Amino acid sequence: MSERSIFREEGLQALIEALSRRGFRVIGPTIGDGAIIYDDVEALGDLPRGYTDEQEAGRYRLARRDDAALFGYAVGPQSWKRFLHQPLLRLWRAERKGQDVIVEAEPPATEKLAFLGVRACELHAIEIQDRVLIGGDYVDPHYESKREGAFIVAVNCGTAGGTCFCVSMNTGPRATRGFDLALTELTLEGGNGFLVEVGSPAGAELLAELPSRPASREEMDDGDAVVARTAASMGRAMPAEDIHALLMRNLDHERWDEVAQRCLSCANCTMVCPTCFCTSVEDHNDLSGAESSRTRRWDSCFTMDYSYIHGGSVRPGVASRYRQWMTHKLSTWFDQFGTSGCVGCGRCITWCPVGIDITEETRAISDSEKLLGAADGKS
Amino acid sequence: MDATKKPRLGVWKFASCDGCQLSLLDCEDELLAIAGAIDIAYFPEATRGEISGVYDLSLVEGSVTTAHDAERILDVRKRSKKLVTIGACATAGGIQALRNFADVREYAAIVYAHPEYIHTLAASTAIAEHVPVDFELRGCPINKGQLVDVVAAFLAGRRPNTPAHSVCIECKLKGNVCVMVARATPCLGPVTHAGCGALCPSYDRGCYGCFGPKETPNAPSLSVWLAGLGMDEKALERVYRSFNANAEPFRNESERHGAQDHKG
Repeated sequence: MSERSIFREEGLQALIEALSRRGFRVIGPTIGDGAIIYDDVEALGDLPRGYTDEQEAGRYRLARRDDAALFGYAVGPQSWKRFLHQPLLRLWRAERKGQDVIVEAEPPATEKLAFLGVRACELHAIEIQDRVLIGGDYVDPHYESKREGAFIVAVNCGTAGGTCFCVSMNTGPRATRGFDLALTELTLEGGNGFLVEVGSPAGAELLAELPSRPASREEMDDGDAVVARTAASMGRAMPAEDIHALLMRNLDHERWDEVAQRCLSCANCTMVCPTCFCTSVEDHNDLSGAESSRTRRWDSCFTMDYSYIHGGSVRPGVASRYRQWMTHKLSTWFDQFGTSGCVGCGRCITWCPVGIDITEETRAISDSEKLLGAADGKS
Repeated sequence: MDATKKPRLGVWKFASCDGCQLSLLDCEDELLAIAGAIDIAYFPEATRGEISGVYDLSLVEGSVTTAHDAERILDVRKRSKKLVTIGACATAGGIQALRNFADVREYAAIVYAHPEYIHTLAASTAIAEHVPVDFELRGCPINKGQLVDVVAAFLAGRRPNTPAHSVCIECKLKGNVCVMVARATPCLGPVTHAGCGALCPSYDRGCYGCFGPKETPNAPSLSVWLAGLGMDEKALERVYRSFNANAEPFRNESERHGAQDHKG
């Protein structure tokens, strides 16, 4: 086990200040619009101290904790995707000058981002988006510029949400890679503190500036116990079988039509998903025809336009759109990118306006096969 | 015809409150550019002008509620190369389509001292139910940014940017927290056509459905959830029955609950 350190809340405040001094825009959890969202944080006071969240399918509520924990909740409605892979982005603008048209590409942003409180599932989601957006032959320069300079402070989860299922996706609740520093919130003698693990040279360099001390064996055990408790209290689980094969065997399953009765095709699941990366482009021009521009915005496989080609939409029915999303996320993502596209964060379950649960949908298909198998066995 | 001649615009009013036409005047910054790019040949709300000849682009506001208007829209269509309907009245019949759910003669008798002078049709209907329409711009009222985009798209010969997806996508692009999931506020956003920029949810209110049904809406499923949030059959009958009451998916869902309510 690697060496770990301890700092108290003052250390976390010092961390925020040190990042600001280095020119980072520090973004972390804070309360807004009745939820824990990610926004600019300047001091410990901006964090949701003493709050937690209650999450169920289609339901999210803020609630008070009976302690003063700073990270005592699961993930909220937003993900870091919002900052790395922006919802709206102008790609270029063009201007007519006499006989010429001058096209100017949007320069990548130079802002340096520091993320505070990134959970294990979210680290996996960022790793997945890295693979998709900058890992192949075609690199998205906008994502790349934001991602390359980003400093990541992870937090090992001390509380599992009602819709969390990272354990069954092997993506948490412990942060294992992809961070500069990782914190575990602990109750120490005389107040809260953090067990700190270093994940990169940049993290080590920053930690050296902070008021910390080496962690004791007991404190490291305490940190492990926090994560173990969280792992044991997951709100949900994905069925433990080869989901990739399960879904590919069941492309004509009646469950797709059943879920389409409930699905609103509103696209909320794809918007809140930290790995969904699809975009569309829109062209604009001014009334005189002298200036035009192209904007990229998040799109979703749940819209008709998404699969529109000459003659109409390829997936006019909601059953085919839900199936496209779920089979891509859980199955064909393996073929395309080598991993699952799901990290078990539970956002699609919580933020579905009618509470459709991806683990329940998978289980329904899985259970129907078992029933069928049992019936076959009897006959 | 002069090659440099600007396209002629006509703005026509049927049964409506004028709010959508006013969106054009409300364009302020863009209004001079609009006037520079097109010849506003007929727009009684803004300028005097006679109806004459053919219009390259007609913007039609309002619904058809009288026999006279049912005739007049045929003439407007004949005079228009492109006909774009603007607003909930023109695209769905408007708030005045509430008459479609009742007996208009009964209403008239209650409201007017001499109902015999009132010559009105039994139903308020969208322009597209009377003549072919080239493009429908939704909203009560329309979004002026979308209106400018539709005019600019017409001039450039491109497709307007008026996606038919849900209001939810607009909320998520803006970073709004879902009012239904986080606050149990009933919201029509998941079945409503985007375009307003998620105005109400941005101020912690549920969506009222001003832009009408989105593409492939699933109102029956949303109603199940709204009932769980405490809406009874009467409330469900009414929630879909506002500015776009006569849009088919909203009308069907409203009537389904109305029938339940009247049974119970």
